[in-house]
Amino acid sequence: MSTAFQKVYTKITQITKATCSLKAQGVGNDELALVDGRLAQVVKIWGEDVTLQVFSGTEGIPTNAEVTFLGKAPTLKVGEDLCGRFFNAFGEPIDGGPAIDGEEREIGGPSVNPVRRKQPSELIATGIAGIDLNNTLVSGQKIPFFADPDQPYNQVMANVALRAQTDRIILGGMGLTNDDYLYFKNLFDDAGVSDRIVSFVNTTEAPPVERLLVPDMALTAAEYFAVDRNEKVLVLLTDMTLYADALSIVSNRMDQIPSKDSMPGSLYSDLAKIYEKAVQFPTGGSITIIAVTTLSGGDITHAIPDNTGYITEGQLFLRKDAEIGKVIVDPFRSLSRLKQLVIGKRTRKDHAQVMNAAIRLYADAANARTKLENGFELTDYDRRTLEFAKDYSNELLAIDVNMDVEQMLNTAWTLFGRYFNRSELGIKEEIVNEFGKNIQ
Amino acid sequence: MDKTQGKVHSIISNLVLVKVEGAVSQNEICFIALGQERLMAEVIKVVGDMAYVQVFESTRGLKPGMGVEFEQHMLEATLGPGLLSKNFDGLQNDLDKMSGVFLKRGEYTHPLETDKKWRFTPLAEPGMRVRAADWLGNVKENWLDHKIMVPFKWWGEYVVEWVAPEGEYTILDTVARLKDEGGKAYEVTMVQKWPVKMPIRAYVDKPRPFRQMETGVRVIDTMNPMLEGGTGFIPGPFGTGKTVLQHALARFADADVIIMAACGERANEVVEIFTEFPELQDPRTGRSLYERTTIIANTSNMPVAAREASVYTAMTIGEYYRAMGMKVLLLADSTSRWAQALREMSNRMEELPGQDAFPMDLSAIISNFYARAGMVYLNNGKTGSVTFIGTVSPAGGNLKEPVTESTKKVARCFYALSQARADSKRYPAIDTLESYSKYLEYPEFVRYAKEHISEDWIEAVNEARNRLVRGRETAEQIDILGDDGVPLDYHVVFWKSELIDFVILQQDAFDAVDGSTSMKRQQYMLKKVLDVARADFEFESFEEVNPYFKRIINGFKQMNYAEFESEPFRRHEAEVEQIINERKR
Repeated sequence: MSTAFQKVYTKITQITKATCSLKAQGVGNDELALVDGRLAQVVKIWGEDVTLQVFSGTEGIPTNAEVTFLGKAPTLKVGEDLCGRFFNAFGEPIDGGPAIDGEEREIGGPSVNPVRRKQPSELIATGIAGIDLNNTLVSGQKIPFFADPDQPYNQVMANVALRAQTDRIILGGMGLTNDDYLYFKNLFDDAGVSDRIVSFVNTTEAPPVERLLVPDMALTAAEYFAVDRNEKVLVLLTDMTLYADALSIVSNRMDQIPSKDSMPGSLYSDLAKIYEKAVQFPTGGSITIIAVTTLSGGDITHAIPDNTGYITEGQLFLRKDAEIGKVIVDPFRSLSRLKQLVIGKRTRKDHAQVMNAAIRLYADAANARTKLENGFELTDYDRRTLEFAKDYSNELLAIDVNMDVEQMLNTAWTLFGRYFNRSELGIKEEIVNEFGKNIQ
Repeated sequence: MDKTQGKVHSIISNLVLVKVEGAVSQNEICFIALGQERLMAEVIKVVGDMAYVQVFESTRGLKPGMGVEFEQHMLEATLGPGLLSKNFDGLQNDLDKMSGVFLKRGEYTHPLETDKKWRFTPLAEPGMRVRAADWLGNVKENWLDHKIMVPFKWWGEYVVEWVAPEGEYTILDTVARLKDEGGKAYEVTMVQKWPVKMPIRAYVDKPRPFRQMETGVRVIDTMNPMLEGGTGFIPGPFGTGKTVLQHALARFADADVIIMAACGERANEVVEIFTEFPELQDPRTGRSLYERTTIIANTSNMPVAAREASVYTAMTIGEYYRAMGMKVLLLADSTSRWAQALREMSNRMEELPGQDAFPMDLSAIISNFYARAGMVYLNNGKTGSVTFIGTVSPAGGNLKEPVTESTKKVARCFYALSQARADSKRYPAIDTLESYSKYLEYPEFVRYAKEHISEDWIEAVNEARNRLVRGRETAEQIDILGDDGVPLDYHVVFWKSELIDFVILQQDAFDAVDGSTSMKRQQYMLKKVLDVARADFEFESFEEVNPYFKRIINGFKQMNYAEFESEPFRRHEAEVEQIINERKR
């Protein structure tokens, strides 16, 4: 980088916790700058007054600090060398390895033309029936786990990552505790897959505003593998709630009027820009995003999960089933919007009907349980649904299940036959005749 | 007159302040030169010599001092043959003409084909007196008669001097010459422009709607009918099936032209339309559905400012086809994203916020937009209509938020999607009892229904609704008192309402047969179901009620899955009869 012609400014006019301002000319919007050696980005230009967002915070910055503009937006060097490496939010190695020598690309690049996208059609099997059977994932999809902080979402996500048949996994960790960071690192090392994985990590030890760069870094790497090398890429983003919190910090420092839950009014667009990077390219490459949005007390009406739900193609809920003492994928609240692109097409034709019937019966069981709790007498049907629900939870919904879709369907038919007759299933006649022959 | 020039002064995300040298007008379009790229923007406020413009692109790299040129017109839609089967962005760029996989900033493409030849047939003759929107000629666009009209912008009366003879012409060829009262001659081509934010008012009269717009969705057609030229909206928390429902409407609605504005929604949903519609057949014409569809795709990751433009562009294209006497169905998913785009901009301009930080005039903006829909009598006495159905994505599923409330004031039909129904997979998850169609009270529609559906149709619909209300009430009673704590009759009332729910309200949008139901079939099935509901059954204990009605429901569902009046349909119908006779008193 040549610095010979760069003008050095030394008069900062305003400093807040996350931003500083100065008078400067010829500065471009979104451009990077160095303030007292710290990386910053232009967020507002008002005549000659330029406001910079300092990623690592403004603690200790003097008004006469040296400011130089770098003439470019944030970039990442991409290349084969990224594999197996861990980076911070700026794309610098944190694993003690050498710097990456590759093509420098601006992060947060343009959107894919919608007519150039291909309709996602490839199933991503995870072995977890709560996902594969009821909420099937498809390549090019974006879907978050909605989970309370005490739930094992990072473990489930890591499992999904390891089992899924993808070429490349990009981990974007935002506000990861050091323990969780090491959990991922060790797990990937132990599974012997670390050469498939690229990680961008902002731990809780680093300043929160830095995390704003992590998703764009991860997705720029993902686009390199998916576009340049036609690979199937899975991007894991955890935890997007902490990302959104960082957005609200910055907008607050810039005196923007907050909308719901003190989030910036642009939250929807900010999140959409990230999630919409999920895509199936016509050339075979794809980017699939699995994210985590932590909830506070299960509240999905909060602005972060609410906006996320409108952007993503479904959501996965984990819940502890007290009856069987295991964590299950909640069949009522979870949804994969793209599942019908593969259900019955990439899987057996009874898939849709089996899935719906099982969930309906599970819902009947929930009603029966309410009756039971209110002290009412149960009908014979009620009792059978309760028995069914227990088996269904244990043999299919639990997250420790690991089997292929065909086995899941067969298991479901076995459970149907154990407890119900044909008219109670409400499944198309020809399907029952083919797969549930022995059901009365 | 020379174009006004200006220079970039300040930049806050996509709001840019431009110091202008000359006159500018509100909503004027300008282009900012950023190196080789020209970024399109719209004036949204002027203070002294400073124009506030919203840029329809990313402003990364934009610097103070860069040049700006003002175009002397507002944002306009280009109207002419070839709009159908097109995929536009919010600014009406033809997305298929764009190069590369990624959208390039500053790349603008022509919405129509300038070199394609269309077969033109004249409809007007020399000497005829005409005014704006009068039909001069006809070209076949796919299978539709696309009228070439006197441009909407032309005020007053004209005399036709010459019309091109039948033949092949491009959209830029002159196809007619008109003379105004002063004797000045004007040339008409097949293409005209219209500012998207202004309603096209070239019609004689706008009566109250009275004809039904069939959608094939039973819970709409039977229970909460939509009329031609009517307005409706679908609010619902995420995951309740808004988009699936809109797609079902786009597929099966009895309209000549469908315009879908994907406004700030998921790109993969638009891809679904691109991919599936060309393959799907219009049940009425047997032609590909794509031939009657135009898509305006401004997905959530595309520039925010163009989101607002996208719904106006869609409405303008709708009004254009209405002026040709067509039935247009306009679907916008979702109007909340458009409202959010307004909010982002209002916030950047540091305007005083209204509720939830939305701009103060949100309600007025929404009602002005809905008012553009409607059925109209054209200059020649024929009718045309724009039916508008918008979805609303209420924050947190709370229907008391500003966008839902403002929309509720203006839309005549309300299709409430319920989380509870979605959770129990009762699709479409429209809660009939929460929803309404004000049109059921219109005497114009009551008369229409008597004549076109059946004499007792409105009564039948009201009876079904009342039975659903009673079913819900008894369900609550049963929940409180327990199965054996209520009279047996309660169970029967409840299950009769479940019968209506399962057979009429629930519908499998993904099934080839059940996906769409004709009015004739809806009338037939409602009568069948009400016959059962009116009948008296004999039961020994309440435990017999549930399994018995499940058998009836199962029979009816098999009927729903079979082609109307086919052999399997009749067979299942006979089975149902048999089950009914087992216990009928």
